Order: sequence, then structure tokens, then C-alpha cells
Amino acid sequence: MRSKKYEGYIYIAPWIAGFIIFTVAPLLFALYAGMTEWDTFNKPKFVGLHNYVQLFRDEDFLKALWVTVKFAAVSVPLGIAASVLIAVMLNSKLRGIYWFRTALYLPAVVSGVSIYLLWKWILDRDFGLINLLLGQIGLPKLGWLTEPSLVMPSYLMMSLWGAGGGMLTYLAGLQDIPGHLYEAAEIDGAGSFRKFWNITLPMLSPVIFYNLIMGIVGGMRKFGDAYIIGGAGNEGRFYMIYLYENAFKYFKMGYATAMAWILFLIIMVLTLLTFKSSSLWVYYESEVRSRKRK
Amino acid sequence: MKVSGLISHGLSRKQKRAARHALLYALLSIFSVSTVFPLLWMLSTSLKSGDIIFEIPPRLLPDGFHWENYARAVTEIDFLVLFRNSAFVAFLQLLSNVFVSAFVAYGFARFQFPGRNVWFLLVLSTIMLPGEVTMIPVFIGFSEIGWINSFKPLVIPGFFGGSPVFIFLLRQFFLSIPRELEESAIVDGAGSFRIFVRIYLPLSVPALMTIGILSFQGSWNDLLGPLIYLNDTDKFTLPLGLSMFNGVMKVEWGPLMAGSILALIPVLLVFLLAQKYFVAGFKLSGIKG
Repeated sequence: MRSKKYEGYIYIAPWIAGFIIFTVAPLLFALYAGMTEWDTFNKPKFVGLHNYVQLFRDEDFLKALWVTVKFAAVSVPLGIAASVLIAVMLNSKLRGIYWFRTALYLPAVVSGVSIYLLWKWILDRDFGLINLLLGQIGLPKLGWLTEPSLVMPSYLMMSLWGAGGGMLTYLAGLQDIPGHLYEAAEIDGAGSFRKFWNITLPMLSPVIFYNLIMGIVGGMRKFGDAYIIGGAGNEGRFYMIYLYENAFKYFKMGYATAMAWILFLIIMVLTLLTFKSSSLWVYYESEVRSRKRK
Repeated sequence: MKVSGLISHGLSRKQKRAARHALLYALLSIFSVSTVFPLLWMLSTSLKSGDIIFEIPPRLLPDGFHWENYARAVTEIDFLVLFRNSAFVAFLQLLSNVFVSAFVAYGFARFQFPGRNVWFLLVLSTIMLPGEVTMIPVFIGFSEIGWINSFKPLVIPGFFGGSPVFIFLLRQFFLSIPRELEESAIVDGAGSFRIFVRIYLPLSVPALMTIGILSFQGSWNDLLGPLIYLNDTDKFTLPLGLSMFNGVMKVEWGPLMAGSILALIPVLLVFLLAQKYFVAGFKLSGIKG
């Protein structure tokens, strides 16, 4: 019978092994590597906190950090607003709604390098689709990726295009809202806007909260599209791109590891702040009920 | 105020509803067109002849059907090799992500053992840990043992515990399976592994499908992993192979868009065949990063 007590360990053993090999050991090593100067060909040289000090004097680093934070700060709320709006529209019982729904989340089905290449081509200054359409209505061509001030708007446009995947979470959330809430509000004479503001939004807030965290983490880690598409004036050089360049182009492993730690810290702090703020704006029905009972 | 009140009262309920529907249709059409249009442009470019792609002003529609772009994509981008490599990596990652995660999740869901909660808390905390932090040390480790330029660094880690998010999701799913179902199996003398294979896995097919699709989509699109670990073009995966054609001086957009469309086909097929699970996957993953 004694062996039975530890039977569960047989099943979680692969995970424990992986945790030690691929998480604990690398983390400990990263702690050390971040404090070295190391090109992988020679032995690492211990430099203490020099990398971290150096990073905050590195203009390219600060630029990459700024570009990434700016992108996350605008794209995440924008994406949430767009997907909530579209989800509310898709939640109405219209004929053919299935086709609209499919069309709107198609961008989330197709993703990856194919789509990044497509966007690079769409944003092309001379032969791209967007300038073609602008030309049709008599507007001048714009250098979407060649004009530094337009690079960020281009990335925001792309992220908005892909917002359809999140929309489905909201749609599921909307379908869970009990109809009697709206009926009660209607009896009290509430209009559509008030119903949306006082019922729909609070009831969706847990979903918004979830997508907010996923969005912040995803935005800070942005890599693939920026690697393919780039952008003038380092405006498309996101944090992970600069980290990748340091590690695998310039072979500054210590420096890049320090960057990885800073990224981790930033993500942690943002996630914690979001969690802390959640008691102010996220509404959990079950919590309110249990509070009332007390 | 009064006038507008009169007008709105003047309209019957039916008319008001019709007006609202018309507005909804108009907005949804505009949004749908703007999501589908870029994809049609991709299709159009892939069918254009080389001369017409670089014509000013560009044309919306292709000059006939230049299927040779697809033939060129397959031969010049070495599409079949890239496809085979991508499929190989995606298949093994799927296998490990689904079955190893399920195996571990079963351990957490169905056994009481000392230290279980601590380990589970550690699983949860690794969900929040971005892979970027361990990326460089893991890369150095793999290069020390000479695994660079092979598929091993992409494939082997998954077999050590699968993925923490999937472990978490499957554990929740397994907890919802009533224990009574096991009892007759236990009476028949079945061991815990047999119960896992005969009872838990078959009952979890929907959850396993959803996770399988999420895993497949992730590995099929992964760029950073192959970019770091693979050096030889005959080992490249599709995303990496396609991205290499991006840097060249004059991009041949016709064949490149044709290749990009071919690369999307497996995901589209999975979507068409298992839409229900695909949609469930979206709901779990939220906004794509």
C-alpha cells in the first residue's frame, strides 16, 4: 500500500524532469549569464550589473522598449474595443450571421509568416493594395513602412485586422448573460446605450480582463511580424527583435540575457498591476452573491 | 427633443427594427470586406504574371490565371522539403503536447500524494514565465551537446512534461469526469495507466482535439524556434523558408504569395474539418499574440 501513496509521481515525473532541465537550470544560468560579457566563443567574463546599467544608456534599447510599450498600450485597448463592438453586433439574430462571423475571424485562422509577407506586400509603397485603394479615391501614396511616423499606424492596422480571434471569447461571454437582466432594464426604461454600459460591459469584464492580460503579454513579446516586416527609422524594431539581434547576430549573450530579465520583470509588473486593478473594474457575479450572503 | 420624440414614435416598431438591421448589415459588411479583402489580394497576386505585378498603377484583378506561380513556388522555394520538415516538427510537438500533457494532468487530477499542491503551483507559475527568459540558456545548452541544426531542440523538450497551459486545462477537464466510471475497471483489476488509456483519454476527446489544434497552429506558425536552431536550408520549416525569400533584393511576389497560400492550406483544412474545436481553441487562447 505504501507504494500507492507516491503513484502520482510516476505521472508527473516527466514534467518534474522538464521543469528542472528546461526551467530551473536555465533560470539559474540566466541569472549568471546576465551578469557576464559573453560572445559564446570565449569564456564568459563576469561584469556584475554592468549589462543592466549599459542597457539603460543604450539608445537602441530604449527605442525598442518605447516602440514596444507604445504598441502594447495602443493596440491592446484598441483590439479589445473592436472585438467587443464586433461581438455585440454578431450577437444579434440576423440572417446570414454565420457568414459574417466566419469572415470576421478568418484572420485569426490564417496567421504566421504567410500573413506577415502578405501585409508587407499590401503596405508596399509602389505596388501595394492600400496605396492602390487610396489612389482610386484620389489620395496620394503613403510610405507605410518607409516613413517612420507611419510604421506604428501600420502595425496597429495589422493587429486590428487580426483581432477576430478575441472576438469569439466575447461572443461566448455575451451568450452567457441572462436575458432577464436586459428585460428588467427595459422595464426601467433604459436605452440601448445604458444597457450596454450598465449590463453588457460589467458582465463581460472578466473576459476583458483575461484578454487584457493575454494582450499585454503578447504585445510585449511581439516578434514574428516585426521580423518579417521591419519598418523605417527602427520604428519596427520591437523589444524581442533587438534581443534576438543581440543574441544571434552580434553574439552578445550576456547582454541579451539581461534584456530577457528586464522583459520578464516588465511583464510581471504589468500583469500584477492589472490583477491589482481588477477589483476596481472586474465584476464577478459569484463574488457579489457571496458578499450579499454575509 | 419633442420633434425627435415624435419622429421615433411615428415609426412603427417594425420599421425601427428594419432600420437597425439595415445598419447592422451595413457595418458588418464593411468589416467583413476589410478582413477578407487582403486575403483576396493575396490570391490575386498569386495568379498574376510577373510583369503585371510591378505595373503602375497596380491592378486589382489578375491577368488570367497564372498557375505557374504555384509551380515556381513548389520548385524554387523547395516547398515540398519545407512542408515535410514543418509537418514532422508539428506532428511530434502535437504528440508530446497532447499526450504528455494529458499524462501529467492525470497525475495531478487523480492522485493524492505528498507535495502535490506545491508541484501544481509550480506548473501554474511556469505558465506566466515567458519562454524568452530561458531561451538563451537553453540554446547554449543545446549547442553544448551539439544539437544545433537538428530538429531535436524543437521536438525533445515537449516530451518532458508537455506544456503547462495544456496540463492545467486537461487537469480541470479530468476533474470533471465522475470517479464512478473508474470503479468497475478497478474491480476488474485495471491499473491506473489502463484507466487513463481506457477511460480518461476516450472521454476527453473534445478537450484533446482542441489542445491538438492549438498545438498544431502554434508549431506550424513558429518562426523564432526554427530561426534559432536550424541553419541548413534543407532543414528549414515553412515559416523559415518563406521568410528567407523576404530579404532578397527584388521580391518575386507572385510565387511568394502562391507559396504563402500553400503554407496556409493545412491550417485551413484543419479549420474546415474541425471547426468546432478550432473555435473552442480561440476561446482559450484569446487575442493572438
